[in-house]
Amino acid sequence: MGMEGIGQRVVRKEDKRFITGKGKYTDDVKLQGMTHAHFVRSPHAHARIRSIDTAAAAAMPGVVAVLTGAELVGDRIGNLICGWMIHSKDGSPMKMGAYPAMAPETVRYVGQAVAVVVAETKNQARDAAEAVVVDYEELPAVTTVLDAIKEGAPQLHPEAPGNRVYEWSLGDKAATDAAFAGAAQVVSMDILNNRLVPNPMEPRSAVANYDAGDDQLTLWTTSQNPHVARLVLSAFYNIAPEHKLRVIAPDVGGGFGSKIYIYPEEIVCLWASRKANRPIKWTSDRTEAFLTDAHGRDHITKAEMAFDANHKILGLRVHTYANFGAYMSLFSSSVPTYLYATLLSGQYVIPAIYAEVDGVYTNTVPVDAYRGAGRPEATYVLERMMETAARQFGVDPAELRRKNFITSFPYQTPVIMTYDAGDYNASLDAALKAIDYAGFPARKAEAKARGKLRGIGLSCYIEACGIAPSKAVGSLGAGVGLWESAEVRVNPVGTVEVLTGSHSHGQGHETTFAQLVSERLGIGIDQVAIVHGDTDKVQFGMGTYGSRSGAVGMSAILKAMEKVETKAKKIAAHLMEAAEGDIVIEGGEFKVAGTDKKMPFALVALAAYTGHNLPDGMEPGLKEGAFYDPTNFTFPAGTYVCEAEIDPDTGKTTVVNFVAADDFGRMINPMIVEGQVHGGLAQGIGQALLEGTVYTDDGQLMTASYMDYAMPRADDLPSFDLHHTTTLCPGNPLGIKGCGEAGAIGSPPAVINAITDALGVRDIAMPATPARVWNAIHGRMAAE
Amino acid sequence: MTTVSMTVNGRQVSADVEDRTLLVDYLRNAIGLTGTHVGCDTSQCGACVVHLDGRAVKACTCLAVQASGSSVTTVEGLAKGDELHPVQAAFREHHGLQCGFCTPGMIMTAVDMINRHGGNLDEATVRHELEGNICRCTGYHNIVKAILDAASKMRMPAAAE
Repeated sequence: MGMEGIGQRVVRKEDKRFITGKGKYTDDVKLQGMTHAHFVRSPHAHARIRSIDTAAAAAMPGVVAVLTGAELVGDRIGNLICGWMIHSKDGSPMKMGAYPAMAPETVRYVGQAVAVVVAETKNQARDAAEAVVVDYEELPAVTTVLDAIKEGAPQLHPEAPGNRVYEWSLGDKAATDAAFAGAAQVVSMDILNNRLVPNPMEPRSAVANYDAGDDQLTLWTTSQNPHVARLVLSAFYNIAPEHKLRVIAPDVGGGFGSKIYIYPEEIVCLWASRKANRPIKWTSDRTEAFLTDAHGRDHITKAEMAFDANHKILGLRVHTYANFGAYMSLFSSSVPTYLYATLLSGQYVIPAIYAEVDGVYTNTVPVDAYRGAGRPEATYVLERMMETAARQFGVDPAELRRKNFITSFPYQTPVIMTYDAGDYNASLDAALKAIDYAGFPARKAEAKARGKLRGIGLSCYIEACGIAPSKAVGSLGAGVGLWESAEVRVNPVGTVEVLTGSHSHGQGHETTFAQLVSERLGIGIDQVAIVHGDTDKVQFGMGTYGSRSGAVGMSAILKAMEKVETKAKKIAAHLMEAAEGDIVIEGGEFKVAGTDKKMPFALVALAAYTGHNLPDGMEPGLKEGAFYDPTNFTFPAGTYVCEAEIDPDTGKTTVVNFVAADDFGRMINPMIVEGQVHGGLAQGIGQALLEGTVYTDDGQLMTASYMDYAMPRADDLPSFDLHHTTTLCPGNPLGIKGCGEAGAIGSPPAVINAITDALGVRDIAMPATPARVWNAIHGRMAAE
Repeated sequence: MTTVSMTVNGRQVSADVEDRTLLVDYLRNAIGLTGTHVGCDTSQCGACVVHLDGRAVKACTCLAVQASGSSVTTVEGLAKGDELHPVQAAFREHHGLQCGFCTPGMIMTAVDMINRHGGNLDEATVRHELEGNICRCTGYHNIVKAILDAASKMRMPAAAE
């Protein structure tokens, strides 16, 4: 293993441009003759558009075009798609209303675009947008799932009666009913998972450029998967044929899922650029981001868990209502179904599980995959239930979990997943030791003496990463297979370019992927360039989400590397007149085993391209590609423990210690892995304590800026105490499980379990703001 | 339109802009220095922090005309050639960035913080004084570490300005 190979804490190659202000984000793109777009957005949650008068706006200084939803539909620009078909219990396909990129007739959430102004400057576009007059007929709106499914509720789409998208189920109802019938004890809870706004620090942005000379469109966009964007824009939206559309996702300032999707603004900018024959830039402001980026979570769940007299779990019954907002976003249908209910076994042996999920339309921003996508919701349900059960039974929460852990692998859950490997006792032990679990009563007593309430909370999470085996997701309704591609190009001088279909938006691929090449070839990471994010450079890829870049993306690179090595060994053997089987690669050199014969990798590369002395019949060049389709998901898991202290006078919760013990399989760069955990923990603690999305009953988003939506800041968080245990993932050649979302998945229940422990209450809703906690302490929860 | 002139990173610059132009837009669009970022509309996120006459300001809360005649330092002006500023080096060393979008503002805030405290910082102070900068990637853990490390290095006489 070299200094820059697998397992090393190598500082990141990409940092240099970021810390010197040389990053290249979409809003940094500036083209000759570039115009600027500003969208006219609905101020109403639900309204019919009677008319749009664009005349005054069109006459304003600098205005190039004012375009409406009716013109978009008239030009046959397709409606936005949802890429994963879910069938209801009765076998019927999910019921969806049309989702146009700009509303031609009816708006269904505040912020939905109805028109766009294109002008020479951003300010001119903004000024002119003010002059677009839209005559709305307001309609009654509904924002919560339970209201939306009531008799007589406002109806969003005629295609979805009762606002129901689907009524889906998973698991064995009869077996689960039988388990409950035979139970010694049952734990029941109503569990809310609060709606979050993703808030990557870089707002979404798009630059569209139509080149009339070549009849070619180029889109720079803040995307996690530029190839999928190009495919969908071409195949479904009638924007341009695929070979006439180039999509570039340059440096992207965070995604967390919210930049997986193709949004209306990208479609409109491409369409408008061709129409106006000018380059167009649109960059979201932060309030637009709150109003238009797909939100996350928003579940209401009734959960029941059955136990025998020895506290062994017999069964789990869950009924979840998922708020989809006003339209079905690209991956939204899969989140509360195959990404949620399939993880409801957690780390536990649960013989029978039955989950029902009702997907519901409301007059709110569309909800889609966000930072964990379904897994945080599943973990929250299970880990709140386990903690509550332990308290109900009067047993230690750690021991209740230990008693029910899965300990033998592979393990087939009753909800599709086959866990491949894990050691849940190891991570529980590591976490309990790190937090000094045994010493907690003394710390609680000490806090009490100071007038503070101290609590401790556990969470044993599991997630399914490395999305995903194509055949498996295809059989479950996904529109695409989720393999990944890679190409390894060795240059004649021995430097290496790796083209990958994964996309880096903070994950450090330029470093970790290069570490893999360094490990294999013994060359420095500065000799390796990672090329990604441009459909003109990389042939195809599926992008980055669900911690798939390591497990799937790097496995594809490894496959291509192996092909390169095989050919290079043949060349080296020929040049050194040795048997191919005797060639070994060590420290950047090709050596003949058992002799002192050797030659540097760079000379082998040069020979491949000069082509004078290759084995007979061999094609010149040293460049190989590979596609890798995983055989299973990967299953990172771990235990998180939160110790929190509450000031009863103010209700403020302080996280005094947070321990994470994760099993991510093999870590390519532990420094980067830990960084991703830190970020996830901040999100999870943010969800538990601070972040809440608040709509008024008539659909106005009250939390539409950083003045109103409480983002976690440095002062809200502790320094984290991270530990690792390791079982290698048997499902991919590198043993990688993935780490990107773990912190966000595992931490909310740990925090809420600590708070409920401190307060001695059964439940408190997220976010557990000081006001909510104070009310809980002072007995006024009912007033909420 | 008004002609706005100032010194940016030691270089005299000048451009005609609308009176309502914010300093951050002047730097990004009129001068072409895109290292300073815009992350929100309400001066909460801090992605746009620059130094105006030596003090950290949010460039989205300041009009370009207000900065006319001043000296502005942006993230592009910190390194001396290939030699990174100690705060830049510490952010890299401690993995204090991921997507890099909030990073320029974080670094400019950190430099100002260290300057004001003469390098004498503790974790609680750093966390408190970062209240005007939001990061969604790093959980702040490594940013705090980076700032404390840079502060300790800048406290040494050899590194003193």
